[in-house]
Amino acid sequence: MSEALRASLRTALRLAAFTAGTAAVLAAVHLATREPIAAEQRRAERAALAALLPESGFDNDPVTDTTRIVAPDGLGDEQPRLVRRARLRGEPVAAVLSVVAPDGYAGPIELLVGVRADGRVIGVRVVAHRETPGLGDPIEKERSDWIDGFAGRALGDPAPARWAVRRDGGDFDQFAGATITPRAVVGSVRRALTWFGENRDVVFGEAGTAPTRAQGGTEGRQ
Amino acid sequence: MSEMSARTIVRDGLWSNNTGLVALLGLCPLLAVSNSAINALGLGVATVLVLTLTNVAISLLRRFASDDMRIPAYVVVIAATVTCVELAMNAWLHEMYRVLGIFIPLIVTNCAVMGRAEAFAARNTPARAALDGFAVGCGFLAVLFAIGCVREVVGRGTLFHGAANLLGPWAAALETTVIADYRGFLPAVLPLGAFIVLALLIAGKNALDARARNRAAPPREATA
Repeated sequence: MSEALRASLRTALRLAAFTAGTAAVLAAVHLATREPIAAEQRRAERAALAALLPESGFDNDPVTDTTRIVAPDGLGDEQPRLVRRARLRGEPVAAVLSVVAPDGYAGPIELLVGVRADGRVIGVRVVAHRETPGLGDPIEKERSDWIDGFAGRALGDPAPARWAVRRDGGDFDQFAGATITPRAVVGSVRRALTWFGENRDVVFGEAGTAPTRAQGGTEGRQ
Repeated sequence: MSEMSARTIVRDGLWSNNTGLVALLGLCPLLAVSNSAINALGLGVATVLVLTLTNVAISLLRRFASDDMRIPAYVVVIAATVTCVELAMNAWLHEMYRVLGIFIPLIVTNCAVMGRAEAFAARNTPARAALDGFAVGCGFLAVLFAIGCVREVVGRGTLFHGAANLLGPWAAALETTVIADYRGFLPAVLPLGAFIVLALLIAGKNALDARARNRAAPPREATA
């Protein structure tokens, strides 16, 4: 073996040993933190869902009672979306739908829509978006109270035609300088509610079933 | 270089060789996360912590990392340190993690970390490396925070918005509206504003340095 080859082999082995040592440290830290992190995530999820579920009146754990449903017309995504269910003695109480508004100004807007079994909205929260800072971001609860405008509303209140921003003749405010963002959110919540009203049985079906292909909302098809 | 005094280390880190203003390292996080004072503070504090730890780790391992493999070895050590900090914070300081967590992976993109590992930690004792990491981190934090404050005031008319999320409920009192009924100035919030404010800070530092030099060494005409 030539001297040069031996030298590079030595270097490679040393680097491999170095990397293996580092990987061992990482593995140890991962094992030590895995449980606390999972517990914190469940706790954080429960806290985040609090604004989207009734304060009481259900006896299951919506964090674990979930299903995934494919409903491009209702939930805005070709992929399965997560739905969390709240029940009292097995009877449907409320659901938290994970919805995407595909028509945001700068890409999709991820939403959570909490809705009672009778179709009334408990709350809506924006989970992720890339709207323009300062113009589109008042949809975040941290930046303005706009998103609270959905709480307590239902498809008949206001009438479906008025589920739109004011510029389109609806009941929901737009922001100065940004109409597209609130329009996308309002439209997406409306489609989710329409779909929910027609697919309650699918939403509250068996826990832990495989992704279900649900009927799309009829809106825009007639 | 080998026997810099502690005083020189601190002065270099904070001022003479400031990463943000002189070395111009770590511009990616500096420009991206300085859109508000509190974001800047969050990333800055996380950077100080990580830079101190990586400097110590590199310094401890400096005898094992031979010359021809040191760069990939540093990459491994830095990435592992950042990951460990992220995991530990997520597990045991979860409230802080929810605010700072998004900034921590960004630190890997800060080449100042690699720069200090190569230029300082690899040739110095762990204690001195820790001091260097801390000082350089604080210098970075200061620049980041200054840019964040200016961009937030000019861009949104507020200061320390969101302080309560980062520092706890007591900090809600810090959240001030500097300019009431301000409509906002979008360019300051967008990356454009970061470049302009950074340029102004660099110009300001150069002007201060030039003045200090002139005072120390009077103009030639006077002595000739």
